Amino acid sequence: MAMDDEKGMYSRAEEFLQMFKKGAEFSQELMKENERLRYRVFQLEEEARGIGAPAPVLEENRLLAARIDELEREKEEILQRIRQIEAENNDFATRYVEIEEENNSLANLYIASYQLHSTLDFREVLQIVSEIIINLIGAEEFAVLLLDERTSLLSAVAAEGIALGELPPIRPGEGMIGSIARTGENYFAADPANYLRDLEQPMVCIPLKIKEHVIGVIVIYRLFIQKTSFAQVDFELFTLLAGHAATAIFSSRLYSDSERKLSTMQGFINLLTR
Amino acid sequence: MPDKRILIVDDSPTMRQLIAFAVKRLPGVEILEASDGVDALKKLAGERFDLIFTDINMPVMDGLKLVSLVRSDPAMKATPIAIISTEGAAEDRERALALGANDYITKPIQAARVLTVARELLGIS
Repeated sequence: MAMDDEKGMYSRAEEFLQMFKKGAEFSQELMKENERLRYRVFQLEEEARGIGAPAPVLEENRLLAARIDELEREKEEILQRIRQIEAENNDFATRYVEIEEENNSLANLYIASYQLHSTLDFREVLQIVSEIIINLIGAEEFAVLLLDERTSLLSAVAAEGIALGELPPIRPGEGMIGSIARTGENYFAADPANYLRDLEQPMVCIPLKIKEHVIGVIVIYRLFIQKTSFAQVDFELFTLLAGHAATAIFSSRLYSDSERKLSTMQGFINLLTR
Repeated sequence: MPDKRILIVDDSPTMRQLIAFAVKRLPGVEILEASDGVDALKKLAGERFDLIFTDINMPVMDGLKLVSLVRSDPAMKATPIAIISTEGAAEDRERALALGANDYITKPIQAARVLTVARELLGIS
């Protein structure tokens, strides 16, 4: 949310508060005036009973009673308005909290995508993907598996909390991870808090997709102790990882390969031209 | 001229950016970053800071060592320090606070929590 919007919201809330205070003060005054007029009516009625009410006093009595009714009506209207303002105030407060959460989620998504595309170095991209999974999602044990075009196997290229060797290569279509790589659909365990680690059945499995082409998967096996469930922003981060991490990994791998080939060719040229 | 200066110490640029993004919302704040404890000490030696956010696990010098060194230096022992850690266990928190940290934030990082801690430690209402 922009600072101006935030200030505007604060100033509106302040205006409502001022209005609420004025309304409350006005209600107090009306109630006092009501009391005073009731007392005056009582006095006049007493006088009328005692001395035989003259016509002007009776008329004044009638006018005062009408005025009391009018003030009572006004008081009820003001109280109604105050209730309405209080309800609006609550709505604004709730909306403010929602916008704050949305703002924080957007900031996280922005930082994640900015970092993912900040480098063309394959190892750095993998490091950034890991940092996002640790720092933004809160995973303690996870791995990134990429599809090797030559062997057609998914092999672990980065892992946290698990040794790379613990994760055997997986053929697309085989097992739970392989089927995710085949279908391209995200998978989340229904109850992350009670999930028991199983290398073939991860808690979360996110395909890394470039359009509909799956180039790998991210598997999560354990979250931090303080993280017991997924928030809405986590699902958005998973979606972002599925697309942006895939393109960042793919382009950095292409770049690294082309750099290596260029270096080899340069070596040959140097040999030939010496 | 900024009113408050904050030093963010973390080896992860993603984390530094996350924290910086959160605290930038406070008015009149200048943010500097350091990539580990040694880098942080170099920056702390020449300049005054009103708050330090530091990760624990870092190369060269970790966050807990940094906290103990800052606390043993008379010139900056009063500087508030907030630790950011992956460890959610109570004993890790107690250990960090016993070393002299003023607050303890666990990952995954939440901007609202970072802001609350920054406001409290900087004395901003």
